[in-house]
Amino acid sequence: MTFRKYLVLAGITVFSTAGDSLLARGMKDLGGVSLHHLSGLLLAILNPWVAMGILFLLTFFACYMSALSWADLTYVLPATSFAYVLVALFGHFRLHEEISPTRWAGIALIAAGVGFVAAGPSFTPARERRDSQSAPRDTVSLEVKP
Amino acid sequence: MKDLYAWSAIGLIVFASTTGDVLLSYSMKRVGDVGELWKRRGALAVIGRVLATPTFGLGLMAMGVAFYSLLFGLSWGNLSLVVPASASLTFVANAVAASIFLHERVGRRRWIAALLVAGGVVLMAV
Repeated sequence: MTFRKYLVLAGITVFSTAGDSLLARGMKDLGGVSLHHLSGLLLAILNPWVAMGILFLLTFFACYMSALSWADLTYVLPATSFAYVLVALFGHFRLHEEISPTRWAGIALIAAGVGFVAAGPSFTPARERRDSQSAPRDTVSLEVKP
Repeated sequence: MKDLYAWSAIGLIVFASTTGDVLLSYSMKRVGDVGELWKRRGALAVIGRVLATPTFGLGLMAMGVAFYSLLFGLSWGNLSLVVPASASLTFVANAVAASIFLHERVGRRRWIAALLVAGGVVLMAV
């Protein structure tokens, strides 16, 4: 794991959090969108908050796909679940939302889970996979390795 | 009856998003380290190779199904039930599916991490 890879993981948490918050902010401007007026959803893109949110979520998806190209799914998912904590802390300090003791306990559990998985290995090498025949091929490193 | 609808929506969300995550992860492992590929062949090669992987499109479709099941789940059940229940069950389902289908080594450390995060997500929503 290089510093740049940790940056990509951080990007996943930050961009997904920011994207969701921007979308939520924009949808509040628009009010409820009913299933019978789906054209409202198309016009939602014109709202600057929604447009920014979509841009952030696209960046999140690019970071997520990049991380999945060099790390296990069971590593990436828990390692980036810190986003839940970020949302809560953002709500607490910026929007002055109250955080109950149960929610603090949840934050602690998630933080512990992130620490647990991040301290371990990030990738199962192909030769250690139980069935290397049907395991996904890592074509690039085959090409790149001297 | 409404509960039954909400829980079947939750089941559908968990199934679809786990399928999507496994397919996307499988596709990206086939593509290989995106950073290396970018350095050697440029951004267009990365995008081209990702789009040329058939399982990538299937994964996106599964994610779309998960998104719409979430919308329908939200119309039948409470936000405070559907979102945390589906999110935390997805963490556990992903750990099982990744070890079976992707042959990832899900050791004790990763199981504990998945369960801690799943529990934390539930607590944060109560």
